[in-house]
Amino acid sequence: MAISSDQASGSRSASPRGSSFEWIFRATCFAAATALLAALGGILVSLLIGGWPAIAKFGFSFLIDSTWDPVAGVFGGAGPIVGTLITSAVALALSLPIAGGVAFFLVEMCPTMLRRPIGTAVELLAGIPSIVYGMWGLFVFAPFFTKYVELPLMTAAPPGSIWETLFSGIPNGSGILAASIILAIMILPFMAATLRELLMSVPAQVRESAYGLGATTQEVVMSVTLPYVRRGAIGAVMLGLGRALGETMAVTFIIGNSHDFPKGLFDSGSTIASTIANEFTEATGDLHLSSLIALGLVLFLITFVVLALARLLLRDQARL
Amino acid sequence: MTASTLRVRTRRVSNWVFLAFCCAVTLIALGFLAAIMWSLVSQGLGGLDLAVFTKSTPAPGSPGGLANAIVGSIMLCALAMAIAMIVGVLAGTWLAEYAGSSRYGSVIRFLNDVLLSAPSILVGLFVYELLVRPLGGFSGFAGSVALALLAAPVIVRTTEDVLKLQPTSLRESGVALGAPLWGVIRQILWRSAGSGILTGALLAFARISGETAPLLFTALNNQFFSLDMRKPMASLPTVIFQFALAPYDDWRRLAWAGALIIAASVLVVSIVARALSREQTRS
Repeated sequence: MAISSDQASGSRSASPRGSSFEWIFRATCFAAATALLAALGGILVSLLIGGWPAIAKFGFSFLIDSTWDPVAGVFGGAGPIVGTLITSAVALALSLPIAGGVAFFLVEMCPTMLRRPIGTAVELLAGIPSIVYGMWGLFVFAPFFTKYVELPLMTAAPPGSIWETLFSGIPNGSGILAASIILAIMILPFMAATLRELLMSVPAQVRESAYGLGATTQEVVMSVTLPYVRRGAIGAVMLGLGRALGETMAVTFIIGNSHDFPKGLFDSGSTIASTIANEFTEATGDLHLSSLIALGLVLFLITFVVLALARLLLRDQARL
Repeated sequence: MTASTLRVRTRRVSNWVFLAFCCAVTLIALGFLAAIMWSLVSQGLGGLDLAVFTKSTPAPGSPGGLANAIVGSIMLCALAMAIAMIVGVLAGTWLAEYAGSSRYGSVIRFLNDVLLSAPSILVGLFVYELLVRPLGGFSGFAGSVALALLAAPVIVRTTEDVLKLQPTSLRESGVALGAPLWGVIRQILWRSAGSGILTGALLAFARISGETAPLLFTALNNQFFSLDMRKPMASLPTVIFQFALAPYDDWRRLAWAGALIIAASVLVVSIVARALSREQTRS
């Protein structure tokens, strides 16, 4: 024992072997962490620099003007900006109740045997690439949507009423509402998985005491467990919103890509991400390119606010 | 008496409605997802043959496959993962072992979480401004950097979480044996956290393998077989995007086959990742 420790101290002397590399290692790790900061800062700076010619030329009217005319060199981003906000809001409104329902089902009422498979399926589907959702939307959903939703609603809408305006557009399956539905389907598994995770983090005693007081399942969920994870739940919803806002491929396939203000739910429109994806490599001039990057800057600012809020709200709960 | 029975009744009915709603909604959600999987398999299997893996992308009307796109995707993702692993593991280590509760550490942690869900198309724009415009051309290398930026936050996050799960006694015993801290991290902590870090890497890989938007203006696309990372490079997602929107039936068939390949590989990778992480929580 003594001999071996002597040998050890012979090869590894009083100050540990290699301790001079400690600061190098530490500095490398620090540099890697700082690289992340630099990446996020770099995104902002590069969007500012790239978008500056357009911002300088059009100023504030870039946000409220919906003219998008590459030939005349006039660009206003209002169409895509409004399209982004509307599709995300509608998608959120559609998928929130469904995601909530799925999460409640999995946590409170699912037979134990099915809990694992359904939970796993939901989580796996959250990872399917968005381009798959886009293709499905274009080839499978759009024809179905035209035939069974758009045409019946358009013929049923009484002329002159608000419904007629709401359901106006070309019934070809692509448009604002179709894109919102595809977005909703896409963020659904993600939100359901996050909400489920949150609800499972509620201590068993809390739920058991509520049931013990004679509460029904609905009352337990609505008045006890959901309020218990309220902040986290809002954070999860905003993460879903962040995804919807920045989603590119699922939307590009099915929104119809028109730069005007959408006039109705079935009218074609565009989002910031779909506009950039469609036009960037075919941009006709520097100003066109710069306008697209300025649109990117708007998207960055919107999503940064949403994501930052979501993270702040989620921080108190379990980190997800 | 009647008032209270009425109350019980209302509660019971509204509970029943609630339960029915949750069940119905779960069925609807699973139905949608089943529909997507079904069309993926039914449409994709038809286009899946040997030529898909051996021939390059064709002109419309002529036979071909996706070989250049598959190889391109593998190369782009491999380089991206190599970059992201180095940056991600080191940054995650710094956050877990060195940052403590310092303000800078929590800023990085917060920004990493934001970066984790930042729109991928903006990362593409950033890399375009950073690498494509100054260097004067689209390249596979730029595409890899864009994908690495999307993968790194996932790895940072899991690395930090897994390292924090390692017991302090492990660090103490390492230091007591006379190893410097970086030796302890390298030889003890990274090893015991290995499968957790690997899980994070697999999740990151699953995330970037289907990414399309950031590749559109970094790696662009390439109709021919190419192994040169300095040139534009084909990848499965961009080829799917191009082929699916084209009006040719054979292109669409290839797009479905490509979508099936991507979805299947993402599913396999995430199942492996889940199995790994389950094993770790058990041990």
